[in-house]
Amino acid sequence: MNHLKQFRDPDAAQTLLAAIRRIVTRPHAVMEICGGQTHAILKYGLDRLLPDEITLIHGPGCPVCVTPASVLDKAHEIAARPEVIFCSFGDMLRVPGTHTDLFSVKANGGDVRVVYSPLDAVKIARENPSREVIFFAIGFETTAPANAMAAYQARREKLPNFSMLVSHMRVPPAMEALLASPDCRVQGFLAAGHVCAVMGTEEYPPIADRFHVPIVVTGFEPVDVLQGVYQCVKQLEEGRAEVENAYARVVRRGGNPAALRILSDVFEPSDQFWRGLGLIPASGFRLRDEYAEYNAETKFGAVDHASSAEPDECISGLILQGAREPHQCSAFAKSCTPEHPLGAPMVSSEGACAAYYRYRRLEHAGR
Amino acid sequence: MANWPSPRAGVFSMCLGIPGKIVSIQNADPVYRTGEVDFQGAVKQISLAYVPDAKMGDYVIVHAGFALNVIDEDEARQVFEDLKALGELEDAANGV
Ligand code: SF4
Repeated sequence: MNHLKQFRDPDAAQTLLAAIRRIVTRPHAVMEICGGQTHAILKYGLDRLLPDEITLIHGPGCPVCVTPASVLDKAHEIAARPEVIFCSFGDMLRVPGTHTDLFSVKANGGDVRVVYSPLDAVKIARENPSREVIFFAIGFETTAPANAMAAYQARREKLPNFSMLVSHMRVPPAMEALLASPDCRVQGFLAAGHVCAVMGTEEYPPIADRFHVPIVVTGFEPVDVLQGVYQCVKQLEEGRAEVENAYARVVRRGGNPAALRILSDVFEPSDQFWRGLGLIPASGFRLRDEYAEYNAETKFGAVDHASSAEPDECISGLILQGAREPHQCSAFAKSCTPEHPLGAPMVSSEGACAAYYRYRRLEHAGR
Repeated sequence: MANWPSPRAGVFSMCLGIPGKIVSIQNADPVYRTGEVDFQGAVKQISLAYVPDAKMGDYVIVHAGFALNVIDEDEARQVFEDLKALGELEDAANGV
């Protein structure tokens, strides 16, 4: 069966839109957590097809966007060393730190390599025993199992020249931080389906209870997103605040046990800095002490979180909290473009600024 | 809204999980288990370490080179059965 085609079926989307129109009686603000969902919403224009009562607020779920500048600065410092092969997901190359980006480090002679999987970096380490190979291990719970496996294999093989610069985020504590903020407008969440595919859904009922918000686990195709919105709006209209799974073809309540086993062998929860959002308690993963030899901060010194600065005109913090839309930034599509990004949300394909630039730029030009 | 825009081809962003079909499986060691996964024509070597029960022909969701879960076909079908019921409800509400 062709999953993609089915879950992009316009008739199925129309059915859901009609159902949403029928049940909605008052305004609701719903946040989609994940940048992949933001991208789908803008690409298919789903926000425009929904009734005016429903506002979709774009959440902070873009891993490239929330990696702190201080960590990028450390990456740039390590990547410039002559003995180093620095491996990164391609999305990270053009993200600016305080002074430079990986692309420029590479242009200046740094050995920076783009990998699709962290296991490619482990392979490079096996093949280059005389070089230090560092993998830039960033992301949410979706990339954590992959990054954990890289460290797990390296330790099992006792690869002395492999290490990871880790900046890992956990989504549920960030949702709590957003909800606890006094000017939070979010009344319901579309939870990120693939985060839940790994972690399961057990983390969410306490959040739904404590803040009285519906949380609907949602996928990434247009029909998935609309199904998530429908279930979320239905709960809001009925005054319910429950955790529902609208992505059951991929998400099981207990998550992925095989992935969770390796994940908890390698990582443990830790406080974490988010670019634009600051320090959020217990919102990250760090390598366990048993993996200290595979931690790039052991080899090259710890990240200095005090030293980094953002360009003044970039309001990415407000964008990531859903408090502003990208076209409300004075730099949007003027001094900040995907070719010359000032902030991370303009670099990543999941960044809200890049998505607005790609799909909404013309209509916002000159405003 | 008759036609959605077509999917962007060849995007392998780190965090965009994409469905693909397992077309071969290698390596018996569970930690190193890999397979070839076909993403609408683009075939990639993917770790199957986290989907120990996945078989040839299964669809999997892939992130950063790892299959994270097998797509449950029954649950996928259920979505459209529910939608059909919802559509009939809409028609009834509109007096069709
Ligand atoms: S448009 Fe550019 S400068 Fe403005 S918030 Fe987005 S990334 Fe920052």
